[in-house]
Amino acid sequence: MESVPYLIAVIAVMTAATFLTRVLPFVILYKVADHPLLQYLGRFLPPVLMVLLLLYSFKQEAILSRAFLPELAGLLIVLVLHLSLRNALISILGGTGCYMLILQLALFV
Amino acid sequence: MSSSLNQTVFKATLPVMFGYIPLGMAFGVLFSDLGYHWLFACAMGVFIFAGAAQFLAVGLLANQAGLLEIFITTFLLNSRHIFYGISLMSGMQARGWRRLYLIFGLTDETFSLLTSTQPPAGVDKTAYQLRVTLFDQSYWVLGCTLGGWLGSQISFSTAGIEFVLPALFMVLAIEQYRHLRKPAPFLMALIIGLFVLLFISRDQMLLISILLSVAVLLLYRGGAKWNPYRI
Repeated sequence: MESVPYLIAVIAVMTAATFLTRVLPFVILYKVADHPLLQYLGRFLPPVLMVLLLLYSFKQEAILSRAFLPELAGLLIVLVLHLSLRNALISILGGTGCYMLILQLALFV
Repeated sequence: MSSSLNQTVFKATLPVMFGYIPLGMAFGVLFSDLGYHWLFACAMGVFIFAGAAQFLAVGLLANQAGLLEIFITTFLLNSRHIFYGISLMSGMQARGWRRLYLIFGLTDETFSLLTSTQPPAGVDKTAYQLRVTLFDQSYWVLGCTLGGWLGSQISFSTAGIEFVLPALFMVLAIEQYRHLRKPAPFLMALIIGLFVLLFISRDQMLLISILLSVAVLLLYRGGAKWNPYRI
């Protein structure tokens, strides 16, 4: 897994893509920013993307099987924490801590 | 530069520090599981400087994702910046490398600080903005580096630490829902994502699902023009 040239290429590509999103409004997009199509995608694409990235971030063979119970429990904890406290850091680190406990104590085995 | 400017900026950026250092450390620890040298965790904080994208990078690296897929995914993940950045343009007087660095460092948190705080009296606006951005990035790089280094040293089990990634996207999804208040796009993404995962391709799930979702959104919008019950 340790391919350094691949890692460097990935860092370069992500640096370019991230900078592009930050520089675009300053170079061209301010002219078309209020185009209805861009507004529409800007409104509905982010939620779609978050759900897809959420799915993508799991070990994909485990989804929809019994082995997925710890993940579901972790997500539920994140949901409850975030709905009650609305502090992103607490939700993320709290949920991850609980998930690590569930996993390492083998609570669902 | 005066030390009072540093003090003012430090105070203004304190909340960002409390967010960036632990989150950067979580990234570093997670990244160190891939087996790369911790210096690369530091390098990612220096060059990419984007929280969600760096967490995603760990997943993409583990799956040996293709560079095109990585480019498109990163671009779309960060594309929310496009819709924020516009409002800062009039308030940015910097030119040359200073302007480039301010744009490069325009994270969600830096953006919110730059739009909600003012430089102290008598201080050049550009100097203040640069200092805020630099402090914020320093916290992030410090967190990434510490985490990457710790992750290669610590002996306690980090099994399950990879859950920071789904936890982060869960939080972002909840925030999106609070903002949008419509369940339909979330359900559509869930259905498309699961369908692609189960029946089409595991390896290319992200790219195919994104393209399918954009197609459905555009078709829906096209159809809605003739539909009186549009959203």
